[in-house]
Amino acid sequence: MNKQWHNYFIYLLAFTSGFSIMGIELLGGRILAPYFGSSVHVWGSIITVFMLALSLGYLFGGRLSFHKPSLKRYGTIFMFAGLCLLPLAYFSTPILELVFDNVEDSRYGSLLASMGLFFVPSIILGMISPYSVRLLVTNEAESGKVAGALYFISTLGSALGTLATSFYFVLWFNVDTIILSYCFVLVLLGVCAVFVNKMEAGYVAQPQA
Amino acid sequence: MLLNHKLSVVLLAFTATIFSQAVSAKPKVIKEERSLYQNVFVEDDGDKRCLKFSVKRRTSSQSCMYKSQPKKVVFNYTKFAMSALVFKTKPERVLIIGLGGGTLSNNLLDLYPEIEIDNVEIDPAVVSVAVEYFGFKQTAKVKTHIQDGRIFIKRAQRKKLQYDLIILDAFNGEYIPEHLLTKEFLQESKSLLADDGVLVANTFSSSKLYHHESATYHDVFGDYYSIKKSTNTGNRVLVVGKSLLNQEEITSNAELLKQPLATFGVDIEETFGYITFEPKVVTEYRILTDQYSPANLL
Repeated sequence: MNKQWHNYFIYLLAFTSGFSIMGIELLGGRILAPYFGSSVHVWGSIITVFMLALSLGYLFGGRLSFHKPSLKRYGTIFMFAGLCLLPLAYFSTPILELVFDNVEDSRYGSLLASMGLFFVPSIILGMISPYSVRLLVTNEAESGKVAGALYFISTLGSALGTLATSFYFVLWFNVDTIILSYCFVLVLLGVCAVFVNKMEAGYVAQPQA
Repeated sequence: MLLNHKLSVVLLAFTATIFSQAVSAKPKVIKEERSLYQNVFVEDDGDKRCLKFSVKRRTSSQSCMYKSQPKKVVFNYTKFAMSALVFKTKPERVLIIGLGGGTLSNNLLDLYPEIEIDNVEIDPAVVSVAVEYFGFKQTAKVKTHIQDGRIFIKRAQRKKLQYDLIILDAFNGEYIPEHLLTKEFLQESKSLLADDGVLVANTFSSSKLYHHESATYHDVFGDYYSIKKSTNTGNRVLVVGKSLLNQEEITSNAELLKQPLATFGVDIEETFGYITFEPKVVTEYRILTDQYSPANLL
């Protein structure tokens, strides 16, 4: 893979992570509604948890990019993110029930449930942005330009993820089907990244650690 | 001179009449409140007073009454819902989801002074307007819970509460909120019904969800009855339960309820004709679930 395609591939991955973050955030409203309603405080809880998780994700992703950054590790983040979304599809009911039974106030209930369901996957998804910057930047001068392009792509992905999920996906599919699709796409892209990394290592014919 | 004076008095009276008519012909907003959920306002139009919600510039009447005869039912759907009493003539424990002006609660209390009612309303602004402008009565046995209907039902399920009449009448400015349309919600509601209990749901005939709603109710309750005046417009009140009375039994109940309902301006002989038995049918329409409830997109 030449340098240009290599970068396009990273942008594609960043786009997809932006797309899935907002897609899942939107479905969050649906998942919580049967237990906590759909009032403004439910959305407040969801947005708070996503923002908090993303902020931590950015921090951790930046830190992680400091040690031996590689496409392989980048791909691993994607695989983890996908896997951490799985409980949303399979274990959300017991988690929601547990919170519902123990917290009477639906504001704190929805906050706690959002925490339990979305916090971990959102942190991991948040790690992707700074890590992408690290993989794309080759010199100091272009770092701002690269970061700008990356925010552009991933936030554009978020916009489209919100739109596609709320306008169309919920009309065609079950909530769980949409979540599993996001899991699948993230894991698949992660595997691709690892594979591309291997391929490039072979192409350069220099084994890299 | 005298003639002139008389003439001017007559003229004055005449203009005053026209003027006052023009004024009274125009509906007047007497109370407006922006709540967390919608704009709630009360509008007086002559003798008629209505509670309205406005969302996205669309206004819809939620509840109306005649100030001179507060007992008289204004809306057809309220008449239909009260006629559903033929399926459960003496309800003792009632759950009403969606308060509006409190008309149904007031009327049931009037009919059965011993009744216990749990009214559930998400919007505190609606409750205060109902009390202040629509004479909504709360007593030791008629209570109001400010909560999402779905949450109340889930909590009631945990407390093993039972009702012999449940009325679903929750609307936002557009339609019934999505999470109150699903199979899971209906199953939860069903679990609160006594064995001979009846659930009455107010829906729209013109809704794009019509067939999906029918399929969902059929799926949870099997056969049901509907009360509607025409197929394509107005309200459709659904009557469902674990085991519903048969045609013969409701006919004799209608006879019993004729007098009491007449005081509310409900002509049971007329509304009884709108009751249709709807057996469960196989349909291609997808049922609404918590997983699939694109309510406002269909």
